[in-house]
Formats: sequence, C-alpha cells, structure tokens
Amino acid sequence: MADGALTGLTVLDLSKNISGPYCTKLLADYGATVIKIEKPVSPPFAKGDSEGFCRGESRIRPGGCSESGSGDHKDRPYGDTVNPANIDGLFLFLNTSKKSITLDIDNRDARNIFKRLAKQADIVVENSKPGTMKKLGLDYAALRKIKPDVIMASISYFGQTGPCRDWNGCDIIAQAMGGLMHLTGEPERGPLKLPLSQAEYQAGLNAAVAILCAVYHRDATGEGQYIDVSVQEVVASILEGAISTYSYSGTALHRTGARHRYKCPAAIMKAKDGYVHMESSAYWEQFATMVEAPQLTQPRLASILRYQYADEVESAIKPWFEKRTADEIFDTGQRWRMPVAKVMGVDELDGDPQYKARKYFREIDHPATGRRRYPGAPFRMSETPAAINRAPLLGEHNDEIYIDTLKLSRDEMAQLRERNVI
Amino acid sequence: MSSKRRQALAGVRVIDLSQVFAGPYATKLLADMGAEVIRIECAARSGRGGALPRLRPGGDFGAAFPDGDTGERSYNRFAYYNEVNRNKYAITIDLSKPHGIEVFKRLVKISDVIVENFSPRVMPNFGLSYEVLKDINPKIIMISISAYGQDGPYRDCVSYGEGIEAMSGLSKLIAYPDGAPLKPGTAYADATAGLHAAFAIMAALRYRRVKGVGQYIDLSMREALTPLLGEAIMDCRMNHRPAKPMGNRHPKIAPHGCYPAKGNDKWIAIAVESDGEWRALCKAMDNPAWSRDSRFATNNGRLAHRDELDELISRWTCGCDNIELAEMLQSHGIKAGAVLNAADLVNDPHLRERGFFEMVEHPEAGVHIMPGVSWKMSRTPGRVERPAPCFGQHNRHVFGRLLGMSDKEIEEMAREGVTAEAPLPYTDV
Repeated sequence: MADGALTGLTVLDLSKNISGPYCTKLLADYGATVIKIEKPVSPPFAKGDSEGFCRGESRIRPGGCSESGSGDHKDRPYGDTVNPANIDGLFLFLNTSKKSITLDIDNRDARNIFKRLAKQADIVVENSKPGTMKKLGLDYAALRKIKPDVIMASISYFGQTGPCRDWNGCDIIAQAMGGLMHLTGEPERGPLKLPLSQAEYQAGLNAAVAILCAVYHRDATGEGQYIDVSVQEVVASILEGAISTYSYSGTALHRTGARHRYKCPAAIMKAKDGYVHMESSAYWEQFATMVEAPQLTQPRLASILRYQYADEVESAIKPWFEKRTADEIFDTGQRWRMPVAKVMGVDELDGDPQYKARKYFREIDHPATGRRRYPGAPFRMSETPAAINRAPLLGEHNDEIYIDTLKLSRDEMAQLRERNVI
Repeated sequence: MSSKRRQALAGVRVIDLSQVFAGPYATKLLADMGAEVIRIECAARSGRGGALPRLRPGGDFGAAFPDGDTGERSYNRFAYYNEVNRNKYAITIDLSKPHGIEVFKRLVKISDVIVENFSPRVMPNFGLSYEVLKDINPKIIMISISAYGQDGPYRDCVSYGEGIEAMSGLSKLIAYPDGAPLKPGTAYADATAGLHAAFAIMAALRYRRVKGVGQYIDLSMREALTPLLGEAIMDCRMNHRPAKPMGNRHPKIAPHGCYPAKGNDKWIAIAVESDGEWRALCKAMDNPAWSRDSRFATNNGRLAHRDELDELISRWTCGCDNIELAEMLQSHGIKAGAVLNAADLVNDPHLRERGFFEMVEHPEAGVHIMPGVSWKMSRTPGRVERPAPCFGQHNRHVFGRLLGMSDKEIEEMAREGVTAEAPLPYTDV
C-alpha cells in the first residue's frame, strides 16, 4: 500500500462523541495508525452519559437497502451484524481507517496494558472530563514517564484550567459560550446554533492541527508535549473580526439573519423553487443589468456604503430572483461571473455534477451495512492522497494489537477476556 | 513563559498569497505556532480592501475601524485584517509584471510552503503553476484553496464562503424550525477550509521530513466543509431521511434550546440529556407544580410536549440574569451556558483566567485585545509576537535581508511599480 503523509505515526485514541473521533479520523485517513480503544461491551444508550455517544448511540441506523444492493448481511463473514454497535452511520463515518481494540480502561490490568501500548505510541488523544485521566493514572505526567516524547491532546468543553473547567458542556453550550450562537439567527429573534454539532468538529480540527505542530516540534527536537483544546475557545477563535471589532469601537456585533454584515447585496434570497445565495461582484453596473434593475446605478446605491440601504437594494432585485429557479439563477449568475450559489439540501449533493466529476463521495463497503457513499477527502494531496477505509468492527483488531504487537499469549488473552478487560 | 523558547514551527517559511479569510486563517494558525509567514500583496489585490477616503462609515463596517474612523490609511486599520494577520510579515509584489514574477521566484527558492486562494486559472496565468514552482524548489509544498477545486465543471465558478455554505447543504439547516435558511454568524466555510488547509500543510511537512519531497495540495472549500455535515449525509444515505432544520432543538433529547433571560437580548442555552438531569433542573427551578406533570417525567414525554415545555421553561428563565442562572444550573450538574456576545467574551472571567486574550499594539490601530492562540501547548505555546503588518511594511526586510537585494534594486522595483505604497483607492465610495 502506498504511504500516506502520516504513515509511521501511531495514535492511541480514547475519545468518544465527535470532537476526538473527527480529529483522529483526519490522522487515520492520511496515513497514521489510529488504535481506537473501546469498552468491551458497548453499553446501551445511556442518556445521562455526558461524554456523548459511543457505538450505536446516534440516531443513524440503516433503514432500507444499501445503495448498491450488495449489503446482504447473511453473506458476510461476520456473525454480529445485528449488533447495533457496528452499524451506526455517524460512527462509521467518524471512524474510518482506524483499528479497534476493546479495553476496559476502568480496570487496573487494562490500564497496565494501555501503558504498554503507550510506550509504542506517538500520540494519545482523549476527550473525557478534565481530571478523569488523572484519576485513572493516565494523565500526561504519568504517560511521559513511560514515553518521554509522547504527545497528548485533551479536548474538553472549557479546557483543563480556569473556573469553568469542571462545568458540564455539550455542543449547544459551547456554541453559546463561544460567542457564535449570539451572531447567528435573525436580528429580531433569538440566537441560533449551527446544526450537527459544529463546535465539536471545530474542536477536532483544531486538535488535529495542534497535534501535527507538536509532531513537527518533536521531530526537530525530540520533545513531546501536552495539548489542551477547549471547545469554547476554538469557537471563540473563528468569530472573524468580532472580538477585535468590539475592542476597536466598543460595538458588540449582532445577528444579521440571511445577510452579510456590510457587503450588499449579499444574502440568501427566495427563488421560484427554493433559495439561492446571491452576491454582486465588484462590477456593479453589470450586476444591475443582469438583475434588470437600472435604478441600482444611481450614485447613492453604487457606493460600497450601500449596505445602509440593504432593504431598498434587496427589494429592487427580488422580482428577478423570484421569477427564476435556483438552477437558472446559478447558471445565469455564473455566466455573468457573479458569486451566486444554490441553497442545496444534503439529499441533493449526490446528483451534483461537480462532486461527481471530482469523484468526491467515496463508496465504502462494510460487512454490516454493505456499500454506502461517504463524504470524501477534505483536500487532495498529490503525493499522499487520503486512503479512506471502512470503520472497524468492535474489537476487530484485538488479535493484531494484543498478540502481534504486544506479544500477549492466547492464554493471557483468554483470561483478560474472561474478566471483561478486553 | 519565555518568548525566546523555540517555537513549534521555527524555521518554516510560508509565502502567503491568499486573500480575505480562508487562506489567511490557515496561515494565522501557522504564524501563531512560529512559522515565518510572508504575505504578498499588491495595489490591485491588497487582500485588505482598497484605500478609502477618510470616513466614519457607520454600521458594522464602520465599527471595524478604531473608534469608527477609517483614518488616513484605512487598509492598515481594519479589525478583520488585523486580527487574522497578526504575527505575519507583508510585502508588495505585482505579479502581473515580469520583474515581480522574477522576484517571487527568488522567494520561492528560499521558502517551504506557498498558500494561495485565487481562482484556479490565476496562478497558471501568471506562469506560476506548481509544475513551474517545483522546478525552482523541488521540496516546495504548495496549497491552492478554491471554492470548488482545481478541476471539474464548476472549477471556474465564482464563490465566496457563503456560497459554499449554501452549496454544501449547511445553510439549509441553519434555520428556526419554521423559518427560511440563514447564514452562519461567521465566515464558517472559510474558517473550516483554513483549518483543513493548515492540517494539510502540516501533514505535507511531516511527509517531506520523512521522504524529502514536497507536494501539491488541492483544497476545495466545499469539499472541506462537506465532512462536517457527515451526520446528515450518512442519515440520508442510510435511511433516505433528508435532514430538516431543527433550530436549537435536538432530535433525541428535550429540553434543549436557547431561552430568554432578563435584559435586552440576553439568553441562556440549556440541554437536559437524562431523566436525572431533568429532576435536577426541576429542583433548581424550586419544583414548580407544572414540573411534576407526568408527561414531562420521561425523555420521550418531554420530546412529545416540547413546545409546551420550552414555553414553561422560558417563563422561568426570563426573570433571571443569564450568567448567574448558568452558574446556578451548573452547580446542579445541568448543562447550561449564557449566550455570550463579544463584550461578554472579553469580560468572561474563565477565558481571562486561561489567558485566552492577548493585548496587541498596532502602530496605526492602537492597543487592542484579540483572541490569542486557539489551543494551549505545554512546551511551544505560541503567542501573538507582533501586530498585523502595515501594507508593504516588510519590503526592505524581505527584499534586502532575505533576498540580498541592493537598495538600488529595491528602489527600481518601486519605480517600476512592482512594489506599491498603498492599495488602489475604492472607485465607488
């Protein structure tokens, strides 16, 4: 198999939910060996579990047939295909290219095994509540005694220090306390969160970048280190100029609904059959011609300060948009070289010619679900393209890791299994 | 923390041709970690907007200038630019001139990474495709960030981040349950592309260290945003269940939302994930009679009656201070947090104690606060060492010190218009 960019790096992944798994998915898809450490028995959905879902806990279970029809479970060599632990769609997506071993980290023998694994690892990723790793004797101070140049990344909602360190968080709380929610939504209505746990993905992305910076430093100096990622802070870090703006002029920016703050027109508008996002280019006269609204060329509206008359500008162009379908607007707008886009649903992405031409979605076979099309690589590397392989079954790599790598005997394995350690 | 300590990306030199936010956000992350990022700007494409006459423009745009005043050189005083471009150097080169191209190539020879986010046709038109640049420096890593990617039928389509949010399926899900699609409250597609780009660059640097070769990276903003919709995409593929906007609600648990608090535009987010947490919330509310309604005792019951439930909770929260209430609820073990605006963030005792903000002095914008490094690293923490550069501020440093040009040659470049004093003025103010 061709090398990935990160081939040779070994990651121990204790994380759950979305933030940690998205971080290690990036590492794994680009070549790192990621060993996902899971509880031997996937617990039923524990609603009070503030750490979020493990396997089988998200709401995505395959309902109908698989897309290619090749996913007939009965023909597959695995016996546990009815185990929801293996067919959770969000889990399958977030854990591509990883290996799975079972290890009950709450057990003392398991922790010794973990330490033996840590001795051979470059990176440890975890997203438990601050203090948990210390209680287990597996915090950075302990791990660096075993592996002095280890890189450990902890993701938590509020970070490992500070008065809110032990607060309970989840995605909506991080979006609220990170300042993003206040800025999203209609100006006259309440704040709105971004959908689908976006704060968690941002945390995973930041952790992944930080880890590779630490790897770069380690490769140059031999020094490992500890990385503390706070979901609240990564959200507060992507507010564009909002915090600086407050410092510059004392203005705490407010929500602007479907509109840009000061570019005009730049908004989501109604089309005949849905919505488009439209924006004029710098060529204002051409834009006025395209949307058949010559009144826009009067000096007051031809100025970049026209954002003060956004209502007037939008009502002048509204009829042109409402008469056309989103497809027509996209085609016409792009022909005029205006940055116009269609507001698409995730169900429309499959038919999109650009994704198709670039072969973006990856068809991945999985013994428990058959072939499904997954989101593909977020970027393309000429020498080391992403290799996105299916998510592991629960404990699928126990033999490989415990017997081949750690050299445990079959007897030792059997004993550990009996005691539910693995 | 000593600033003399070796930084994580010490010795990495990045040429940054990128504009606005996606590319600059990627290079911000690298610069915060100690990479030497050199922005290349020119009069026609400054990446900071054109020069404005002295104005007090008003609205959110005006608010982005110190005290609402564009000043003599608006392009050095814009909050958005100055926040994302801290820790970088800036020089001017006009790449439409042969001398500019020649100087650019000399810079490529002594650099590690090139970041650009022009339309895909621009770099080849300058004669600066990856094929050309790798002949000059075989170990160079080049990343092109574009809306739709370097090939395919939409290659030349024009789009900013908001168009990408629309075309990836995100905007459609940003809506109140009864409402039309809205935009995210920040340049979300740009930030997401920038983060993935920084990851890509670091991965390529790692590979180069191991194998000694550079490479080319093609990053489509749309393709980098799409994985963040993975949950909805997988649900759609597995269950033919296209996602619907849920506002602040959660598909599986209730209550989960944003509730009004005392004061103008004050809100609190609350999420209750279990029956135990529900009982804790009831106790925190002092067990009002309605909370003992058996319909609310189980998660399924609360989900089924959440309109009524949200209404009842709102009636309680609207009399309370959101920050005090969040503290009180947290002390009961409930997930709660005040919805913070920029002023609240800057004054947040938790963020302050963690040292999240940094005070930065900019020669033309004054002393201001901005978010510091996005994460904490124990050995190479990174920091804001210097403010965003003024237009052309480092011409002499880069051309003279790094490229060894004589004063005469530097002056000649200015005369030929290869370098510039200021961006072109906005033509339509």
